[in-house]
Amino acid sequence: MTETAGERPATRRALADAPPAIEIESISRRFGDFTALDRISLSIRKGEFFALLGPSGCGKTTLLRIIGGLDLADEGVVRIGGADARTIPAHKRPVNTVFQSYALFPHMTVRDNVAFGLRMKRVPEPRVKDRVAGALDLVQIASFADRKPAQLSGGQKQRVALARALVNEPQVLLLDEPLGALDLKLRKELQVELLSLQRRLGITFVFVTHDQEEALVMSDRIAVMRAGRIEQMGEVHSLYERPRNRFVGQFLGSVNLLEGKVERRAPNEFLAATALGPLRAELRPGDPEPGGAVTLAIRPEKVRIVTDGGPGENRIPAQVEQVIYIGSESHYYARAGEQLFIVYAMNARATTRELQVGERVALELPAGSLIVLED
Amino acid sequence: MTGPRLRPRATEIQFGEHLTRLGNLVRSILTSGPAIAWVTVFLLVPLLGIVLFSVLTRGPYGEVALPFTIENYLRLAGFGLFGFDPQYPVIILRSLLLAAGTTLVCVLAAFPLAFFIAGLPGRAKQIALTLVVIPFWTNLLIRTYAWQILFAPDAALTQAAVGLGLAEEGMPLYPSTLAVYVGMLCAYLPFLVLPLYTSVEKIDWTLAEAASDLGADGPRVFRHAILPQVMPGMVAGMILVFIPATGQFVIPDLLGGAKTVMLGNSIQQQFGASRDWPFGSAIALVAMGVVLIGLWLQTRYASQGDEEGPL
Repeated sequence: MTETAGERPATRRALADAPPAIEIESISRRFGDFTALDRISLSIRKGEFFALLGPSGCGKTTLLRIIGGLDLADEGVVRIGGADARTIPAHKRPVNTVFQSYALFPHMTVRDNVAFGLRMKRVPEPRVKDRVAGALDLVQIASFADRKPAQLSGGQKQRVALARALVNEPQVLLLDEPLGALDLKLRKELQVELLSLQRRLGITFVFVTHDQEEALVMSDRIAVMRAGRIEQMGEVHSLYERPRNRFVGQFLGSVNLLEGKVERRAPNEFLAATALGPLRAELRPGDPEPGGAVTLAIRPEKVRIVTDGGPGENRIPAQVEQVIYIGSESHYYARAGEQLFIVYAMNARATTRELQVGERVALELPAGSLIVLED
Repeated sequence: MTGPRLRPRATEIQFGEHLTRLGNLVRSILTSGPAIAWVTVFLLVPLLGIVLFSVLTRGPYGEVALPFTIENYLRLAGFGLFGFDPQYPVIILRSLLLAAGTTLVCVLAAFPLAFFIAGLPGRAKQIALTLVVIPFWTNLLIRTYAWQILFAPDAALTQAAVGLGLAEEGMPLYPSTLAVYVGMLCAYLPFLVLPLYTSVEKIDWTLAEAASDLGADGPRVFRHAILPQVMPGMVAGMILVFIPATGQFVIPDLLGGAKTVMLGNSIQQQFGASRDWPFGSAIALVAMGVVLIGLWLQTRYASQGDEEGPL
């Protein structure tokens, strides 16, 4: 946490003290024999950008629909702003949804779409006019106000959907893969825009996505879901640096995995015997006892490639098998024994020499970067 | 550099365009020709004949004769030989009322039915749709007579109605307005259910969720998110019911007692027993005009419903 300077960690710390916007206690949802959600519990802080991340079918959209009141849980409690939401029907909940398909009313103009929520709440018409104009400005679609949704591009529809939800000033905004249907460039632009919008408005955003990069870019905290359960939940940084298991490690970025056995334990570190030789790793609470099997993981960018120096601690001899040059960095595939390692290296200098296929190198796995996984 | 090379190519393109345009013309004449001929021979010519008849006079032997006159239309409007007589305006009104009533009853019945069928699982859906169409396999007259039997004083249906206190003992359920509307509903419901069902089947339910998410309660979700989506099917169905219903006279005849004169049977009477083709033609044309005006109003209203004003 502390090594990343900048404003976001500070923002997060401030958020930690805020009361929860949404509390979910042991929610289960079954569709016939299929368990979509299995005793999920989580708490989303006020003003937080929270992502539900997982592969399709993991239950993230179902959870979002339950928060919005569009679906009901079989068991468990949902609280919104401290109030039990189970008895509040969808149309009375202080939350609004941006749907994956946008779900704009095709027979209404952009303006009427955005005004819909306010009119349903019987806000006086002059007031509706002002607030709609404000919302259209906020997402920069004022010039399309009199068009029908069919006359808009995907990105414009996305903005209308956003304005239509935000104009109601919800306590929580629920976003179901809102950028999923857009092309990459537009998606990246809108990610940044969405984030700055959230920061400006201070509304709690709950965001469903299967795109790990999107989740990393935008969220304060992420819940990684699989098969109806939360695999790990936490702040972006800790989730990436300290994944709990293989699934989280592999879903959020890439990892190199090493199986081994704990040989010796010291107060702050342990030595693991692996097929590639002994590796020293930092010890953290909960890490295994001597003699126990252990799975070590290391992120590709944490692996250092050493071309000179001979053998040393946590160094593994390897041979470069493939080089992928992508400008800012290069990706190397290096074989050490049975294992193929992925290594990312920044091309920090113009003169950085690129490794050649077949070249013999050593891979250094810094003790502090080795992660112990649960499985 | 490229100028001199581009120019001939541009003319080539232009020439090519002329060719395609000519080709298109030839093709459209060839392809639409039969349809135009069909419409001319079977629709326009007879229609013009009727228009011509309607401004001619009935001859002494029931033939169509000169001179030209607008007397047929005057008579229809109520200004006959013996001063004002509302007989025909009343007939027109009665037919329109029956058609409008039938359309309304059919809409009310078709909505739940269409949603119910659309909600059935695949196989049951096919069966339900077949059941909707099955009455068409029986002649309308037979179906209508069947209702006479069902509505007879000693029939089970009548007994049940008596038992529920809906009818008096010993009184048949027909002839009555109720019986007429039951008969009309039975005859025209499929025309509304089928197009409506097609629309219901295509409903995007996320729009209903979006409306609900934005604060609309049940009725307003229906009004703002569902109804606009089924509007095309509903209007198509209403037209399909309204038009034939204006000409219907068999059902009111058989189930409403034999005294009601409708547009349909007054036309039949003029062309048949009365042998007054000019007057019959005038009634037919006015009936057609009334239907066209009705249709125009209906579609206009439907497209207005599309525009969302303040809610």
